[in-house]
Amino acid sequence: MIYREAGDFKTSYRSDGQTFPIRLDRWGYYAVLAVAFGVLPFVIDDYWANAVFVPFLIYAIAALGLNILTGYAGQVSLGTGGFMAVGAYAVYKLMTAFPDISVMIHILLAGGITAGVGVLFGLPSLRIKGFYLAVATLAAQFFLVWLFNKVPWFYNNSASGQITAPTRTVLDIAVTGPTATAPAKYLTCLVFVVALAWVARNLTRGTIGRKWMAIRDMDIAAEIIGVNPLAAKLSAFAVSSFFIGIAGALLFAVYLGAAEVGEAFGINKSFLVLFMIIIGGLGSIFGSFAGAAFLVLLPVLLKNTLVGGFGWPTDLAAHIELMVVGALIVTFLIVEPHGLARLWQLAKEKLRLWPFPH
Amino acid sequence: MNSMTDEYVTEDGRRIGGTVMDLRNITLRFGGVVAIKDISFDIRQGEIRAIIGPNGAGKSSMLNVISGFYVPQEGEVWFKGYRRGPMKPYQVARLGIARTFQNIALFDGMSVLDNIMTGRLNRMKSGFLSQAMWWGRAEREEIEHREAVEKIIDFLEIQNIRKTPVGRLPYGLKKRVELARALAAEPQLLLLDEPMAGMNVEEKEDMSRFILDVNDEFGTTICLIEHDMGVVMDLSDRVVVMDYGRKIGDGTPDEVRNNQDVIDAYLGVAHD
Repeated sequence: MIYREAGDFKTSYRSDGQTFPIRLDRWGYYAVLAVAFGVLPFVIDDYWANAVFVPFLIYAIAALGLNILTGYAGQVSLGTGGFMAVGAYAVYKLMTAFPDISVMIHILLAGGITAGVGVLFGLPSLRIKGFYLAVATLAAQFFLVWLFNKVPWFYNNSASGQITAPTRTVLDIAVTGPTATAPAKYLTCLVFVVALAWVARNLTRGTIGRKWMAIRDMDIAAEIIGVNPLAAKLSAFAVSSFFIGIAGALLFAVYLGAAEVGEAFGINKSFLVLFMIIIGGLGSIFGSFAGAAFLVLLPVLLKNTLVGGFGWPTDLAAHIELMVVGALIVTFLIVEPHGLARLWQLAKEKLRLWPFPH
Repeated sequence: MNSMTDEYVTEDGRRIGGTVMDLRNITLRFGGVVAIKDISFDIRQGEIRAIIGPNGAGKSSMLNVISGFYVPQEGEVWFKGYRRGPMKPYQVARLGIARTFQNIALFDGMSVLDNIMTGRLNRMKSGFLSQAMWWGRAEREEIEHREAVEKIIDFLEIQNIRKTPVGRLPYGLKKRVELARALAAEPQLLLLDEPMAGMNVEEKEDMSRFILDVNDEFGTTICLIEHDMGVVMDLSDRVVVMDYGRKIGDGTPDEVRNNQDVIDAYLGVAHD
């Protein structure tokens, strides 16, 4: 009854083009922001930060990045793990080489470096598309992991071959390293998520976003109306890799603290993020968040139910968890191929007319 | 129509100017297949120029040459007094040539509004940062161009489907949205590839009216391919007739109608 657009008249093209055209959506968005910034930092503990919120936020950034490339620009990529590794190793090298500069700047720079690498590996997209492009980006995945394993310069010649995040502070509060507290980690990730989601929304609703979607939907027609496919595809790779690089940097520096490239950024990561955007919804900002939430929260939920609730052994629960997640993905793809974002949209359309649908 | 370079005024009061597009001795081959053989014709400012011919005559290939999608092996393409070298299709679009396709080429995942907005991409100049921040030029431009697009939406009477995803529209409306997208670019030369294919009589009448209105109100030069002879003869100022990649007729609808070669091509000719 309250969820209505009736009476909420738009009198300018500016207000017609806003992100949340329905008043209740707008309020909901502000409420989520208020809780995320105003309440959660004070109540969050280590368990909730490490098991739920920090990985959710970081994967949301990665999913946003991949969704820009695959969902909006239509270029399939399996190199997400590799690009996250680029972000992680870039931020590691920057943190150890320039300890006096703020880690926030390092993370942004790591995103920039990943954008450059992404453009390089995006070059094949000018010639090939679909599955063939996916295979080409798979090459990026394997090559990058191999590179970071093989060249000791990247991990500062450490004996274990691992990279370890040193302690760095923002406003005198440690956000990386072993002394970082749960609220500090959470807030760092949250700031990046909110800023990047806002940028993603702005880019996808304007000229650049239309160019990407035009290339995605029909590349020949896009070219005929004046889209330069080279610029459109490479800019999608750049922006997407920038997001993914930041996600990788945060995953390593803030979340994991220490990482070994094959383990932390292997092919599994690429698939995980791809599943997130498929389940969440291709070409949707909300879908990126929903997919990340689904795949981060579901295993935690299952584990708590099976081990905590039923008292099953941990290893059995872990296997069951894999099967359940797999089955759910398949079910999802059959029932709603357009993902959670589409379900959300349908629910809202129903709600708009409820309780008198005729 | 003896003095081809003079300006003149048509019976219904439209001003036809000098040559906009001049095609000189175009030959286009695909391997050993000759799609277009040594064809020359011109398109004049403000006129509706039709290309007709039986199936496989090379009409669509001709349109693809004009829109820069195919580069002819021989011959010259002159646009607005300059010879056009080999160009990418998006560069041709920036010269002011827009087109629609025989089998609709809209962006199915986008709304009608977004589809038409893509027609104005070449006029948008805001930089990357401005767009990422949605600040200053990006937002201003968005609103400016939205206004221009809304005029076209009004003109083509598609207000009620503005926010509908294109994939959900019926065929006739899709054709109209595609015309809107081409018009949004404010082209100097508009190419229409079978704008009325697969339409019923009513839709054809609507589309004919829109084509005439576009030509009349915006002064857009139009070059169209169409199979419906009634429509072609009614709409166009001059007609080029192609058959097997050659030009067999060129002139006003009346001249073409009485051309023996054209009649033979369409009705067939007895070989004795």
